[in-house]
Amino acid sequence: MGQDHEGGRGRGPGPDAERKPDHPTRRQILSGAAGLAGAAAGAGAGLAPAGRAWAQAAGDPAITTLPPWTQTLGPGVDAAPYGVPSPYEASVRRRNVDWLTADPVSSVNFTPLHALDGIITPNGLCFERHHSGVAEVDPAQHRLMIHGMTDNELVFTMEDLLRFPRENRVYFLECAANSGMEWRGAQLNGCQYTHGMIHNVMYTGVPLRLLLERAGVKPGGKWLLAEGADAAAMTRSIPMEKALDDCLVAFKMNGEALRPEQGYPLRLVVPGWEGNMWVKWLRRLEVGDQPWHHREETSKYTDLLGDGRARRFTWEMDAKSVITSPSPQAPITHGPGPTVLTGVAWSGRGTIPRVDVTLDGGITWVEARMSGPSWDKSMHRFYHEFEWDGRPLLLQSRAHDSTGYVQPTKDALRQIRGENSIYHNNGIQTWAVDAEGEAENVEIS
Amino acid sequence: PGFDQLGRPATAAEIAAWNIDIRPDGTGLPDGQGSVSEGEAIYTEACASCHGDFGEARGRWPVLAGGADTLTADRPVKTIGSYWPYLSTVYDYVHRAMPFGDAQSLSDDQVYAITAYLLFLNWEVEDDFVLSRANFTETRLPNEDGFMPDDRAEVELPLFSGEVCMSACKDSVTITGRAAVVDVTPDDSAARSARHKDSG
Repeated sequence: MGQDHEGGRGRGPGPDAERKPDHPTRRQILSGAAGLAGAAAGAGAGLAPAGRAWAQAAGDPAITTLPPWTQTLGPGVDAAPYGVPSPYEASVRRRNVDWLTADPVSSVNFTPLHALDGIITPNGLCFERHHSGVAEVDPAQHRLMIHGMTDNELVFTMEDLLRFPRENRVYFLECAANSGMEWRGAQLNGCQYTHGMIHNVMYTGVPLRLLLERAGVKPGGKWLLAEGADAAAMTRSIPMEKALDDCLVAFKMNGEALRPEQGYPLRLVVPGWEGNMWVKWLRRLEVGDQPWHHREETSKYTDLLGDGRARRFTWEMDAKSVITSPSPQAPITHGPGPTVLTGVAWSGRGTIPRVDVTLDGGITWVEARMSGPSWDKSMHRFYHEFEWDGRPLLLQSRAHDSTGYVQPTKDALRQIRGENSIYHNNGIQTWAVDAEGEAENVEIS
Repeated sequence: PGFDQLGRPATAAEIAAWNIDIRPDGTGLPDGQGSVSEGEAIYTEACASCHGDFGEARGRWPVLAGGADTLTADRPVKTIGSYWPYLSTVYDYVHRAMPFGDAQSLSDDQVYAITAYLLFLNWEVEDDFVLSRANFTETRLPNEDGFMPDDRAEVELPLFSGEVCMSACKDSVTITGRAAVVDVTPDDSAARSARHKDSG
């Protein structure tokens, strides 16, 4: 942080500014009499960023000079048949933590939650989790097979699937391991890393129920094995009640085809349940009378407790929230005064009617303001506007879901589970904001 | 209307090509067999470069052997021998997804042999053991009973529901852990400098 930046913090042209000879007054600027005073102020040193422009005799150059985009012609409509964000947004991107996994092919990256707003994750920023890389599937060669304990064992092409009735639903997909690196304490500095194994998009797809009805599930067909077409041939066992309830076989996300890294051309949508079960490049559904106990539901995605036993089939993702700004990657840069706190909350068991936030580490809480749609098993956006006095803050958010469940502290979870369960860490996150506005991932008493 | 006509019947050959999953009761196992010594040769050739000569693993690749009695330790070592409940998962997973980068390249007999060798590396069988479809389900792994159903609904949900404190919830707060001290976050200097430029 440069001295220039620090100099601007906390000492804007307050009520007494008119009494200081080296600062221009509003009247002097308006009358054009501030020329010498502005120059003497040394490019606005001592003023908050917004005040600095006023200190310059000729006014804010962003206004008084002609930028190229106002004078010259920009690219035509054919320049970007598929558009990309402004180059000024280049830092808003997925990021990897290379020490987390052995290899980038069976690995994870993170959604830049700190830079997003609203509830919909842009497709190109949705975090990725692969076990054998991105399968690059030719949709004309893709097939979905349903077999096992069914009246009809069937094969569908993508063309067939596009002839079934469709539904549009917005759901979060959270990796079971989201925040898993934080079980033993504060480790990664930024909500992108601590909470970014999540995305929230609108899916268009066929209710899985319709496909299973077409196949005709036999009595005793209590479980479904879903399998992907990639080299991991990912498999998970899903109870039939869930399969017949709200699962989708989706081919679109946010209006366009699934991205290859999200399972193009077909993925399973398992609302509210851990992301591992949302099998990508979905090619096979087998109906059976028992679960399969495959690798991703025995070795992985089982939750070791302190006594050495492990929970299995921990499917639901419990209510959780995180403040996305301020946060370590999104510090307060404007100095004291009006400040917007915002974040996201979600629950695999319902909606989020309420989020509480604290600025003092949990001594005092206030209800945040929810904004935007509140959909079942979807992300919810909250805000809390406050006047920052420049003192350090300890920020937390606490989600309430529609079942009455309240997001627990990390310590409350550890008391029940110990520190080695890896998955399902929905504990309350703390950011310590210092007097400079910088935020850090911390644990508090 | 009419979508009960969509799709077409799967043929027996198509189902056989994709239906390779194995269950703990042995459902799905193919005919075949393999010995520990056959498995050692295949493992050394196809597996040891990532998983280590003795299943101890290199780098961050998965550890396959050892870790007995570590599940309550500060740093548990979760392997086939110490953690996995069912041998069927070993066969199924090796067959469908290994070797990493050359999946489904192993024959049924080779997978039996590697499975036998992994049992040997975990001290579960002697070095003359031969695993086959016939004796497969006789072999149980030590941690078969180590798993329980998800009991959050009984254990956690009641505890984490109800009234919440809104004011004077505690006397004081202290910071007990800091990510900056751990310092393992990827350096994001480009974004940082861009941010500071923006803010003046």
